[in-house]
Amino acid sequence: MNKLELISALKKEADISKSEAAKIVQIFFDSMSDALIKAERIEIRGLCSFFVKNYKSYIGRNPKTGEKVLINPKKLPFFKCGKELRERVNKI
Amino acid sequence: MALTKNKIVERVNELGFTKKKSVDIVESLLEIIKNSLESGEDVLVSGFGKFCVKKKATRRGRNPATGDDLILDERNVVTFKCSGKLRDSINK
Repeated sequence: MNKLELISALKKEADISKSEAAKIVQIFFDSMSDALIKAERIEIRGLCSFFVKNYKSYIGRNPKTGEKVLINPKKLPFFKCGKELRERVNKI
Repeated sequence: MALTKNKIVERVNELGFTKKKSVDIVESLLEIIKNSLESGEDVLVSGFGKFCVKKKATRRGRNPATGDDLILDERNVVTFKCSGKLRDSINK
């Protein structure tokens, strides 16, 4: 499912116009992006939480050539699945 | 301060929906995402990232408290892959 399909599904589910659905999907993901850019935590009950993790610089290897390369320090969002979602993807 | 569902509802509310409708819309959006993942379908949001469902095979584990061997059943987990665009913004 991509963003467009998400918008169509929300339009139908919430009974709103397509442009409203598009705005809301945008607000949702923009809010999350902005929070992560500011290194804020995100907590969406039932779905997931995120926090920005700092990774130190390390010496890695190019898996193709075996060459050593220096990996600079970086930040990445760390995703943690919410309880409800975790249980739902495991339902048999 | 962490980003919560409440803040996203407030932003939707600013579009002119009633408070109750805003809550319903955000809940619908979360439900659509959870449903998609529950059915095993990935959710791809360009510019943000991709939520994937991965199947983990059965494996032998150990109870760290007692040291007993045990079998961990196969399960599904949700993973998140950050988009390149968001990763660059976070590291700026």
